[in-house]
Amino acid sequence: MKPLVQATPSGLFCPPGDFYIDPLRPVNRAVITHAHADHARAGSTSYLCAREGMALLQARLGPDARIETLAYGEKTTRQGVGLSLHPAGHIRGSAQVRIEHRGYVTVVSGDYKTAADPTCTPLDPQRCNTFISESTFGLPIFKWPAADSIMASIEDWWRENRDQGRTSILFAYALGKAQRILAGLDPDGGPILCHGAVARINRIYRGAGVHLPETIHVDDIQDKALWRSALVIAPPSADHPAWMRRFPQRSRAFASGWMRIRGHRRRRAVDRGFIISDHSDWEGLMATVAASGAESIGVTHGYRAEMVRWLQEQGYEAEALDTVDRTGDEER
Amino acid sequence: MKAFAALYRRLDATTSTNRKVAAMADYFERTPAADAIWAISFLIGRRPRRVVPTRQLMAWAGARAEVPEWLFEASYDVVGDLAETITLLLPPPTRVSDRPLHVWVSRELLPLKDMALEARQQAILDAWDRMDVAQRFVWNKLITGGFRVGVSRRLVVRALARLSGIDAAVITHRLMGDWTPTADTYRRLLAADTTDADTSRPYPFFLASPLEQPPEALGSRDDWQVEWKWDGIRGQVIQRREQIFIWSRGEELVTDKYPELAAAAAALPDGTVLDGEILPWRNGRPLPFGALQRRIGRKSVGRKLLKEVPVAFLAYDLLECGGRDRRSDALAQRREAMARLLDRAADDRLVLSPTIDAPDWKTLATRHAESRRRGVEGFVLKRLSSPYGVGRRRGDWWKWKIDPLTVDAVLIYAQRGHGRRAGLYTDYTFAVRQGEGLVPFAKAYSGLSDAEIREVDRFIQRNTRERFGPVRAVRPELVFEIAFEGIRASTRHKSGVAVRFPRILRWRRDKTVAAADTLDALQALLTTPGHEPGS
Ligand SMILES: [Zn+2]
Ligand SMILES: [Zn+2]
Repeated sequence: MKPLVQATPSGLFCPPGDFYIDPLRPVNRAVITHAHADHARAGSTSYLCAREGMALLQARLGPDARIETLAYGEKTTRQGVGLSLHPAGHIRGSAQVRIEHRGYVTVVSGDYKTAADPTCTPLDPQRCNTFISESTFGLPIFKWPAADSIMASIEDWWRENRDQGRTSILFAYALGKAQRILAGLDPDGGPILCHGAVARINRIYRGAGVHLPETIHVDDIQDKALWRSALVIAPPSADHPAWMRRFPQRSRAFASGWMRIRGHRRRRAVDRGFIISDHSDWEGLMATVAASGAESIGVTHGYRAEMVRWLQEQGYEAEALDTVDRTGDEER
Repeated sequence: MKAFAALYRRLDATTSTNRKVAAMADYFERTPAADAIWAISFLIGRRPRRVVPTRQLMAWAGARAEVPEWLFEASYDVVGDLAETITLLLPPPTRVSDRPLHVWVSRELLPLKDMALEARQQAILDAWDRMDVAQRFVWNKLITGGFRVGVSRRLVVRALARLSGIDAAVITHRLMGDWTPTADTYRRLLAADTTDADTSRPYPFFLASPLEQPPEALGSRDDWQVEWKWDGIRGQVIQRREQIFIWSRGEELVTDKYPELAAAAAALPDGTVLDGEILPWRNGRPLPFGALQRRIGRKSVGRKLLKEVPVAFLAYDLLECGGRDRRSDALAQRREAMARLLDRAADDRLVLSPTIDAPDWKTLATRHAESRRRGVEGFVLKRLSSPYGVGRRRGDWWKWKIDPLTVDAVLIYAQRGHGRRAGLYTDYTFAVRQGEGLVPFAKAYSGLSDAEIREVDRFIQRNTRERFGPVRAVRPELVFEIAFEGIRASTRHKSGVAVRFPRILRWRRDKTVAAADTLDALQALLTTPGHEPGS
């Protein structure tokens, strides 16, 4: 039997259903797992995504993009192929794509995490015959500490800086990571300022009813004394002198799964690295693969070769699928 | 050890020297003497030797983490550091303890080297199981002999001085030489009574800074003493209470390695300390540095070697005379006293470092051009009125070095770097042309900017032709100008030459492989005066 989903130069393609998943180039019908830039590209004729992620996708693609939605778990068909979207727990609206054809089920994970996240619906593993998994952190060196302990160390760092009169500047991806951190912060810890890119996404999250503590747009600050006690959340791209100049006394930190590795912390030259990721760690990946019950595993993203070899040694049928252009990956 | 591991993290996390000093002062303040002294010992770079071969340690850690060898290697490749890879792969500890640092060191770390392999394995696995991630990392660094943290001895001294209120120079002095890390040592280190000066202790060395402007900018020629910059081992010769001590700048006591100097120093009056250079020396001329290398490696020297590579001590300065610290006197006075002293000792192994007579800077520049022929590295300029300082303080001592030798060479192999550049390809092997082929001749690690390193890294990723373990053979395409300080014939190298201190001067984007230098051109440098023809 031909596979239900194949890797093509335009991305993952489902021939019987005639649709692409997170296509790399403009296509007719695109199913989008989530609104990160390396998964949601403009130019396709029509889009389908999870209802929870609609507003984010529209913001990414622009007002003219034609987007249809499905509630999580709701079923539709494309040329006789069953199609449904299920929570992936990666960021708000992130979905796994479940495809069923003549009794055979393939699930494409998109990006996913097993850890809890108050800003989105948690991962809901699907039973299937073929599971196509991401592998951004597909090496056993990646083990995430408990999110509570990381949030506590962020707050300790903030408190320490505040006592020294330094601004705490935390770099985090504007979509997903920033909101997850915000939602975990103590709202009485002091003023929380956001870079414009983060503020824009916050508005969408709040509009969807996600509770975030009060934040102030950095440009709206009148009283500069506030800066000395503030926590600033900004995307990594803001880490250049022109933007940073306004905080003369500062401590810089970066929130990412890569902070698990000292070399990455040092290369960023930040004062602190907080290990917090919206991807699964090694154990999370393995647990999800196991929960799928699939006998055949496709691996995309990150450490494909390593994860494929490991899975094969564990008795799975596994292969690497070359799909994603890694340069735009939000975690990179 | 938790506190020490936390200190390590704080030091590692910041590039600000003020924050580093503050972190250390903070640590010493709260740490008992028995622990603090071990921390100092590690921080200033007295690190223990590797106690387990890398392969062995990888196998033990891999087995404990239930990770096959290939996956361990893949992880190591991403992390770029063995101690860290092990730290990250091991399962969480089952019984974290917080024993004091000195207990860890004396009961767990130091005994390792005398244990049978199996017992060592058991001890290490057991230690891993009692440590959190931060402690494990420091422990792994210690047992692999790779403990390094971005602080200099000067910063450690600054932190101790801040804590105790004792003068930094006194602490530096007390930290020199051979001491055992005990609580008593720590108390002596910070003792308020500063008249202690141990008989064997050398003074901290004063170092010259590179001259980055024309010498004319230093003002009148008459204010300066000019000496050759000898290429040997900087050292101090001490004669106190009938005892002789010879120290190298690396703070090794090397008295036994240079018995002829020790014998000569016996003729010096009691309470004398000379600063100078140990050089391989015959008939009033230096032998090539390579000759000295044969003596450096030996703990004790046989008669044959003594005859083949005799050494002399070229005295630069007099630090102590008649038991009195002369460092605050003017150089001119110290030199005069030293000349008298050496004259009286009258031993041809103790040579007054000659000064160069030249009436003005211009004449000096002409003499400077003789450097390579004489086998020296240029001039050292010292202000005649200056005291003998500590460390590399700019202003009174300058080194005016000769330009290095250079060739244009081709990048052929690369390996990932460590530390700040972990994960990036930063360790390169370079080759010169020979006929249609390429012959490797030097490895170099430094000299490129961060942006260039990233660019070269991308090139390597895309142009790998073959892999040998961690080493990648890359398409020979990039040409770099490689500088080095010296060159000698070598039968152990494929190229037939060994170069000293190779480094990347710049990336020659304008050159193709066909324009790189040939082996003949490289070997022609062997006949450059002052280098080692045929040795
Ligand atoms: Zn994503
Ligand atoms: Zn992704």
